[in-house]
Amino acid sequence: MEQFNNRNVADNGYFMVDIEDYPTDGMGKFKRIIKRTFRLELFVGLWVVMREMIKFDIHTISYPAEKMPIGPRYRAVHEMKRLWESDAERCIGCGLCEKICISDCIRMDTKIDEDSRKEVSEYTINLGRCIFCGYCAEVCPELAITHGGEYEQASEQREHFVDYEYMLTPIDTMKANAQKEFEGFGSITPHEDERVKKTPLAY
Amino acid sequence: MDNAYLIETIIKVVVILLVFSALAGIGTYFERKILAFMQRRLGPMNVGPYGLLQVAADGIKLFTKEDIIPSGVVSPIFKIAPVITAATAFMAAAAIPFLPSFTVFGYEVHPIVADIDIGILYVLGIMAIGLFGPLLGGMASANKFALLSAARAAAVFISYEVVTGLATLAPIMMVGSLSLIDFNNYQADNGWIIWSQPLAFILFWIAAFAETGRTPFHLIANDHEIIDGFGTEYSGMRWGLFFIGEYANMFFISFVIPIIFLGGFGDGTVLGAFALLGKMAFFFFFFLWTRAAWPDVRPDQLMWLCWKVLMPLAVINVVITGFVMMF
Repeated sequence: MEQFNNRNVADNGYFMVDIEDYPTDGMGKFKRIIKRTFRLELFVGLWVVMREMIKFDIHTISYPAEKMPIGPRYRAVHEMKRLWESDAERCIGCGLCEKICISDCIRMDTKIDEDSRKEVSEYTINLGRCIFCGYCAEVCPELAITHGGEYEQASEQREHFVDYEYMLTPIDTMKANAQKEFEGFGSITPHEDERVKKTPLAY
Repeated sequence: MDNAYLIETIIKVVVILLVFSALAGIGTYFERKILAFMQRRLGPMNVGPYGLLQVAADGIKLFTKEDIIPSGVVSPIFKIAPVITAATAFMAAAAIPFLPSFTVFGYEVHPIVADIDIGILYVLGIMAIGLFGPLLGGMASANKFALLSAARAAAVFISYEVVTGLATLAPIMMVGSLSLIDFNNYQADNGWIIWSQPLAFILFWIAAFAETGRTPFHLIANDHEIIDGFGTEYSGMRWGLFFIGEYANMFFISFVIPIIFLGGFGDGTVLGAFALLGKMAFFFFFFLWTRAAWPDVRPDQLMWLCWKVLMPLAVINVVITGFVMMF
């Protein structure tokens, strides 16, 4: 996970390759041919691939069996979180996500429940339209809708992925204290404790 | 012609056909695996243990695919072209001694279909006829990529025939015979020809890449510029025949190079037989190795290499060999 948080790409060992000018006259071309023929550059290439074969440092990930770790900011299928204190749904039905959604794929319905509180009665995301821009997660004041890491979206029915129950953290997971907080945009960055300073009060 | 000879020949033909058709399939497996390992990949892994049955899966796919004859093609030529490639590849095998002769139940078997007097000439000639497959297939396809590929095929194969012929001329002068078995026996007595003809060996090896259309000279079916060249319009088993022909050619040329230059099966012991198979395996592996390591050259560079570098070298080599033999 640490490598994903390192955003400094300037010093990764890149360097400019020294390329000679192309020869223009016949003698220069002839010299280049002689040089290339007798420096045996072709065998350097052969050795490089043979070395890789002997080292047998395979980079293939046999995908369905193994998976790459994905970054915390990865924006895959949405999740709806619950409150840690009460296990109740975090969503307050403010409708901001529906409003900001640029591909118009979130639709929600709310009603006043028996305690005179606003309750979400219908909540769907049409993942066929969703472009996974992350605006809904960014705008959510309660960190209720977030993106998860579940990127495998194959199913027989389009409806399988869009209903509220599918996205909501299951109550069993909640009871087991196993809900995973979103680590992406809007969340507290790693090592934030070390960087926190006291608010200067004395003037 | 007595019956025993006839039966022996038929059995040998069937065995060679079966073994090399299967080897062509297994050759693709080796190619995919070795290329994958050289590029830090795993290659086919899912069909069977370590992907070994991938060949069978590909075979079933090729056999069951629809055989499409597109409209606008010259249909009889289009249909016969893959057969030419595959058939000539196997016909060339007739004059190649694959193993030293051995004895089964008191009957001496020569693992060569026909030890004809013009052996090497016949092998190279028939392999050259194989160019009519890509040429006719490409021209009959009514496809501009296929037509480009056919033009390249004609140019490349015809130019490199010159290099192959001149490069083998020097060893032929030394041996004094065209039969590949005579080549083998000469080297068993006098040492490998590569020590006296290193230049001819390298020239023949380079030309072998052009003859089989393998990577530094993989121009006639260069995927990234002309799709699959002459094979663009082909599907199913007709395309598969091109494929089998190409891989069978690779195997046969990998047998011919060691027999001409590297001592063949030597004095005919079991060790010699395994040595020949080992040499063949190395040359086949080298075809795959270069494919992972080297880029393709442009057609004009290929022509330049053939006519301005390799052919003069081959001619000089023949002249020097002649002078050395004369004095």
